[in-house]
Amino acid sequence: MSSVGSVEERGRLSTGPSPWIAAPALLFFGVFALVPLIGVFVLSFMSWDGLGGLSFVGLDNWKAMLSNDVTQHGILLTLGMTLLCWLIQTPISLLLGVFMAGNERYRNVQAILYFLPLLFSATAVGIAFNALLDPNFGMSRAFGLDLLSQDFLGNPTLAFYTVMFVIAWCFVPFHSLLYQGAARQIPVSINEAAMIDGANRWQTFWRITLPQLRNTIVTSSTLMIVGSLTYFDLIFVMTAGGPGNATRVLALDMYLTGFRSYNMGGAAVLGVLLVVVGLTISYLLNKLSGSSKMESTMEGAN
Amino acid sequence: MSTLMMSRRHALGGVFALGLAATLAACGGSRPGAGGRANAWALTGGPEQTFRDSFDRWNAAHADQQIATEYFANDAYKEKIRTAVGAGNAPTLLYNWAGGTLLDYVNNGQVIDLTEVTAAAQDRIIPSILEVGKVDGKVYALPNNNAQPVLLYYSKPVFEKVGATVPTTWDEVMALIPVLKEAGYIPFAEAGASQWPYLMWIQYLTDRIGGPEAFNAVVAGEAGAWSHPAFAEALTKIQDMVKAGGLGDSYGSVDADSGADIALIHTGRAAMLLQGSWVYANFLKDAPDFMAADSLGYATFPAVTGGAGDASNITGNPANYWSVSAGDEAAQKIVIAYLNEELHNDSYVKALVDGGTIPPSRDAEAVIRASEHADYLSFGYDLVKNAGNFQMSWDQALPSAQAQELLTNLSQVFLLQQTPEEFVQKMNAALA
Repeated sequence: MSSVGSVEERGRLSTGPSPWIAAPALLFFGVFALVPLIGVFVLSFMSWDGLGGLSFVGLDNWKAMLSNDVTQHGILLTLGMTLLCWLIQTPISLLLGVFMAGNERYRNVQAILYFLPLLFSATAVGIAFNALLDPNFGMSRAFGLDLLSQDFLGNPTLAFYTVMFVIAWCFVPFHSLLYQGAARQIPVSINEAAMIDGANRWQTFWRITLPQLRNTIVTSSTLMIVGSLTYFDLIFVMTAGGPGNATRVLALDMYLTGFRSYNMGGAAVLGVLLVVVGLTISYLLNKLSGSSKMESTMEGAN
Repeated sequence: MSTLMMSRRHALGGVFALGLAATLAACGGSRPGAGGRANAWALTGGPEQTFRDSFDRWNAAHADQQIATEYFANDAYKEKIRTAVGAGNAPTLLYNWAGGTLLDYVNNGQVIDLTEVTAAAQDRIIPSILEVGKVDGKVYALPNNNAQPVLLYYSKPVFEKVGATVPTTWDEVMALIPVLKEAGYIPFAEAGASQWPYLMWIQYLTDRIGGPEAFNAVVAGEAGAWSHPAFAEALTKIQDMVKAGGLGDSYGSVDADSGADIALIHTGRAAMLLQGSWVYANFLKDAPDFMAADSLGYATFPAVTGGAGDASNITGNPANYWSVSAGDEAAQKIVIAYLNEELHNDSYVKALVDGGTIPPSRDAEAVIRASEHADYLSFGYDLVKNAGNFQMSWDQALPSAQAQELLTNLSQVFLLQQTPEEFVQKMNAALA
């Protein structure tokens, strides 16, 4: 974008497609993203139970939600879950992806197995894990192992980590796929040069592969972090926020506040919070990683 | 107890900030009931067939007064109906749970007064159950399916093995717990993952200790109503039972919708179950052998020594209800005629009884006696008919926001994450 100054660029722009080509997309974005977003923002200052009329209540919803201990707990839980998800998923996806980018035999077969969780819907995964983890009729009974007869989803502490594990199980394949694609883009010549210089596999990974994957790490992390702010379906199916409030993350809290307690104004507050936090984090990630310039590591691309 | 026999599972793609607004903004659509055609929304599962047969009979006999029907899963319906009513798109016959939501509909003028126009239908209904559909003495809702009292179920083989008798007082319950544990059984199967089964304990214990007055003050919204000593005492008894191992050690992940609680009974791992009367039909379906061997016993909830409540009082869901939505008057006439002619007529009552459920209808004794589940159904029917008070499930009786607060805090009491005092304090705050 910064190279508009060059004559060639200007020439290409003027002969390129009309900017109006973007109009339908912008219209859709406006109608289905911006308008509802503004609606949610306005709603957060209203009191509405979904049935009667709306009334303006100023900052009441905001004060009530932010001083509510369920929401505060939800915010901490969401941040904790985001951080932990990133810490668990990134190294596993990275190693798996790089491993799968190699050319040895059977890797494609393994890749198919590793990527299998991508095929299942969150609901199906949730129901399957609920059945497996059932302390009375699940795996523990099938294998007769006491270790597996923990009350995984009924114990408030265990439930949080169990959900995190299942989320990782669901999403690691997707991020591995990103890393696999990126690792295959790394020119073979760089690796060959390193080998000639006597670098071992570990050194190649640290000095060449990892730096080359920098942009992918940023992309994957952004998706992961912004994604975990809105994890909803899997948790809803597995625990519905329980036991107690143990897994009631913000996105779920928003749903329960809106569609179980019928406090639409309160739910809108949580929605705005999520949007703000999500946008801030992705902006910061871009900024800190320096990739806001959107430059490519590939030669010849602009 | 909000969810009865229906599955709680429904696929939800995920509600994001934008989705929330989009959902709210998108409640348009065509107006049902237009052109004098009436419609009704009902739930799948449970007595679905009773509804289908009844509407078929009506539609076959009244070519010019057709009622169109649609059936939904429980949770999906609950979320859909609220939006539909709010947007003025409600079906003519509005399936509901009475209680807090009905009050909302009445206050917003979204349902009509049925007191005068449905006298014929009202005559066929047990008065205490009809009472639940009234707001300020006027009838706004009529029961449309089975009465659902909560009963104490037990496994006869387990009781025989340990040589125990069914507890009739709370002290006997507490004395029985170590005996059953010793013998390797979970004393009570409890579906904690579903949360609403927790309500049944506090509902019964509060009633037995303090009578119906304690909770009536909460429904009336009196300030500090949760400070009535019956609540704290009931919760203390619950925590004592949990600490004594009365619910086993993995009740937190037992799910009622998948039938995991009743499975603990019919697979011989747990001895007792406090559940709504609908589980009888679930037992028939899931464990025909167990039922054929007459292994399932049932009893009323034990008394609490020194308590003020009448031991004949029951809690549960009196029934589900039909209301008639405001608006299209031609459609209203059709469904009112339907209610007067069809609701709880002989074929309707017989269909409910054949499904192993308790009809909320007067004079159903003969039909019940002729049924293959005569013993169980007469036990439940007499219980309902003779109840001193039929307390509606608390999550239905309260406004939605308080009901959610109640479920969350109550589950924390059961998980021993919260003391009875903290519960009282939080619930009092939610009243405001």
